[in-house]
Amino acid sequence: MSDHEIEVHDGQAGRPMDNPGLEKHHPRPTDVDPQMEKRAERQVATLFGLATLLTLGFCVAYFAVPLDASFLGWQANNLALGLTIGLALLFIGMGLIHWSRTLMNDHDIAEDRHPIASTPAARESSLAALSEGGSDSGIGRRPMIRNSLLGALGVLGLPAIVALRDLGTMPAGRPSRTVWEKGMRVVNDVTGAPIKVSDIEIGQLINAEPDVLVENEEDDPDGEENLEGHDLLNAKGKAAVIVVRIDPAKINARKARQNWGIDGVLCYSKICTHVGCPISLYEQTTHHLLCPCHQSTFDLAKDGEVIFGPAARALPQLPLAVDDEGYLIAQRDFEEPVGPSFWERGGEEDRSA
Amino acid sequence: MSQQSKINAPKSVSGPVTWLDDRTGLANLANKKFLRKVFPDHWSFMLGEIALWSFVILLLTGVFLTFWFKPSMAEVEYHGSYELLRGLHMSDAYSSTLDISFDVRAGLLMRQVHHWAAILFIAAMMVHMLRILFTGAFRKPREINYVIGSLLLMLGILEGFAGYSLPDDLLSGTGLRIAEGLIRSVPVVGTYTSFFAFGGEFPGDDMIPRLYMLHILLIPGLLIALVTAHLVLLYYHKHTQWPGPGRTNRNVVGEPFLPIYTAKAGGFFFIIFGVTSLMGALLQINPVWKYGPYNPSEVTAGSQPDWYMGIAEGLLRIMPGWETEVFGYTLSWNVLLPGVVAPGVLFTIALLYPFIEQWITGDKREHHLLQRPRNAPSRTAFIVSLMTVYGLLWFAGGNDIIALKFDLDLNWITRFMRVLIFIGPPIAFIITKRICLGLQRADRERALHGFETGIIMRAPSGEYTERHAPLSSTETWKLVSHEQYDRPELEPAVDENGVANPASRRSRLRSKVWAFWYDDDVTNVSREELEEAHSHTDGHHRAEGTEVEGADEPSELEPKH
Ligand code: HEM
Ligand code: FES
Repeated sequence: MSDHEIEVHDGQAGRPMDNPGLEKHHPRPTDVDPQMEKRAERQVATLFGLATLLTLGFCVAYFAVPLDASFLGWQANNLALGLTIGLALLFIGMGLIHWSRTLMNDHDIAEDRHPIASTPAARESSLAALSEGGSDSGIGRRPMIRNSLLGALGVLGLPAIVALRDLGTMPAGRPSRTVWEKGMRVVNDVTGAPIKVSDIEIGQLINAEPDVLVENEEDDPDGEENLEGHDLLNAKGKAAVIVVRIDPAKINARKARQNWGIDGVLCYSKICTHVGCPISLYEQTTHHLLCPCHQSTFDLAKDGEVIFGPAARALPQLPLAVDDEGYLIAQRDFEEPVGPSFWERGGEEDRSA
Repeated sequence: MSQQSKINAPKSVSGPVTWLDDRTGLANLANKKFLRKVFPDHWSFMLGEIALWSFVILLLTGVFLTFWFKPSMAEVEYHGSYELLRGLHMSDAYSSTLDISFDVRAGLLMRQVHHWAAILFIAAMMVHMLRILFTGAFRKPREINYVIGSLLLMLGILEGFAGYSLPDDLLSGTGLRIAEGLIRSVPVVGTYTSFFAFGGEFPGDDMIPRLYMLHILLIPGLLIALVTAHLVLLYYHKHTQWPGPGRTNRNVVGEPFLPIYTAKAGGFFFIIFGVTSLMGALLQINPVWKYGPYNPSEVTAGSQPDWYMGIAEGLLRIMPGWETEVFGYTLSWNVLLPGVVAPGVLFTIALLYPFIEQWITGDKREHHLLQRPRNAPSRTAFIVSLMTVYGLLWFAGGNDIIALKFDLDLNWITRFMRVLIFIGPPIAFIITKRICLGLQRADRERALHGFETGIIMRAPSGEYTERHAPLSSTETWKLVSHEQYDRPELEPAVDENGVANPASRRSRLRSKVWAFWYDDDVTNVSREELEEAHSHTDGHHRAEGTEVEGADEPSELEPKH
């Protein structure tokens, strides 16, 4: 035992002085003055008593204070319930601590520590037990059994993974497509109204979406079925767009995109190419669009290119046209996947085109 | 056995104890050693308790919330009491959160207490962890408990994220949207993982029920198991203690578990529950009705996640937009590095710290006495530099708010942060180390020459000095009782047979790291120095309790260093 214990050093060896030893106990006022003691006792009991009253107050308030009442701008019911129960709990806690500090015996106790490790004898005996168990089973002598068991147990990991397959459907290229298609109308995402070029002033930005996403739209001209529920949200998460009108003289689009806008009206994906927040902050004068999530900044006059921030890709642009009635429609779907990048998103498109 | 006991415990106690022990033999365990276990006292030991009690509060309030919360993304039309949203289409989850807030009495209170307790839980865990790191409480034999603690912190953060994603309001949906973007950035499996996690395309209608399962079953289950293990180990190891008179590495001095510690800790539980309840009554948190239901084409500007998500946000914000194509496949460094790799690296460093330090010091002994942060200058400086990384990232996570508040240019703040994140931590390291060394030097001075009395003396030569009075032995002990390490010996370059020794290279590297870590430390006073200093002052004036004698005799002046 003794040489084992030496392993735990006492933390004193080689110190420049000897440990002066425990300080002596200082009596508290409540230890020496019976009046103070009585007073502390009364204080503790008072705290507990107040807590009881407040808890009962909580029960009364629960029924007495209506949910729709307000008190100085607070929801009165919430305030009354919270204050009563909060103070009740606080008083119980204060009572307990006051009790322990003033009245409970506060003499320090010193307790010995023992090394965490077992004695060498105990260690040896458990090692012996382990190896006896091992040799009784013969696991060391029969490698065929051992290895085949390890194999069988190892393979069990597979079903645990395979059985999770139905957690979700396969991507099947869906991240690369949206509901936009040729001739689909671009509509205001609040009113659901189709948009004419003449409706938009230079410098204006409209949040828009494909007309199939408009909820409860009775007279859909194409008779297309409207999406609902989570199909709607899934589609919206990719197809949301913004329509802006920029002075055509200021637009600096590359050649291939010259006919994607109409009189300075351009349409871009609203979903940030960084990690997918909907982008909303437009600065008219610079025609910059700022993502509120991590502040990627895109230049809408220059093919939606990234000016600053963590996004790596320009905002995808939706090629626009107008239909017979003069409303904005899509020429086709986006040419590249919208939203955040992903592994199989496909190569960089040719920027020089 | 039901023998007559010699202790005169009242019948109301001895009766049930005997009944239970006859059936369980628990008295074998719950004997004096267990029930009167000694707990040292220090304010910093309460931090872990705050975390524990806020977890209990989360369990209690969380169960209440489950009675009404509907973890479903099915679309419903809202008909509850909150007029501004009436008639709107939204998910069942969001609508039931509105019901809890407006139509269930005490519902709003429970939601707010739950949320405040969650914020407190994670803050307390983090500060508790810093306490452990700064004082060296993670050293052997407590490494396992340190690892458990780090896992608790990580799980706590995940639990919190799952929790505030549940109400399916605009803010929580945006958080999920970002999480989905991060998952997608993982090479090869990212897109599939995202589709499997969300049950198809984002947002789908599976995510809330799945997060709900994680939030109320899986993660709390793991948390409870780990908290239990954490406390069992704590009990088993016995708490560390600060060095002080009578405290050694082989004892533990403090108050008994029963009754003092129980009363204090129990009282503390009620205080924290009380305070969080008052916060729930008075301070609004996560007013989901103001954000509206989730809609993937909308976002609230300037919205901020719970505080502990701040650094993830900061990481994403300061990363430049790098992306590469490899054989037609896309690697989004701009998301992968800050969103997946960096948090993993930071967490791994924190998780493995005890082992890293043990490798440097080569110290394999048990430690039960805490270290003052100044007495481990390099460790303290290292932790401060980690905190600097954390703080800077957290700051960067609010760069838009800073830009707005102080009318600064957002992009310049971001550029500045990109640089600062690399030069800030080393600067913090150097400054902290200097401060620690300065404090060590001051300690040494104090131990040798006592404290400054504020009495100015004039020597016959006309020189002015301040009178120093010696410290009590208790105070001196606190200043000089810390341990300093010896440099580990180098392994010989060749072994006995003259063959090159591979261990030599490693030991040389370690020796170098050791030197970096320890060489600047101010050498502790030696026994001789201390005796010499005291013999110098002793005969003349002992300050302990007695009056300083001969205060007007210039010959007794101590030189001021
Ligand atoms: C470590 C523990 C936990 C943390 C950090 C945590 C955190 C959170 C947070 C931040 C919320 C959002 C609340 C809001 O503002 O609306 C939440 C919601 C919720 N939590 Fe927890 N929670 C924890 C444990 C639990 C447990 C153990 C349960 C149940 C057994 C639970 C049940 C719920 C429910 C039902 C909601 C949704 C209700 C609502 O949002 O109104 N939580 N949690
Ligand atoms: S999602 Fe737009 S910048 Fe991050």
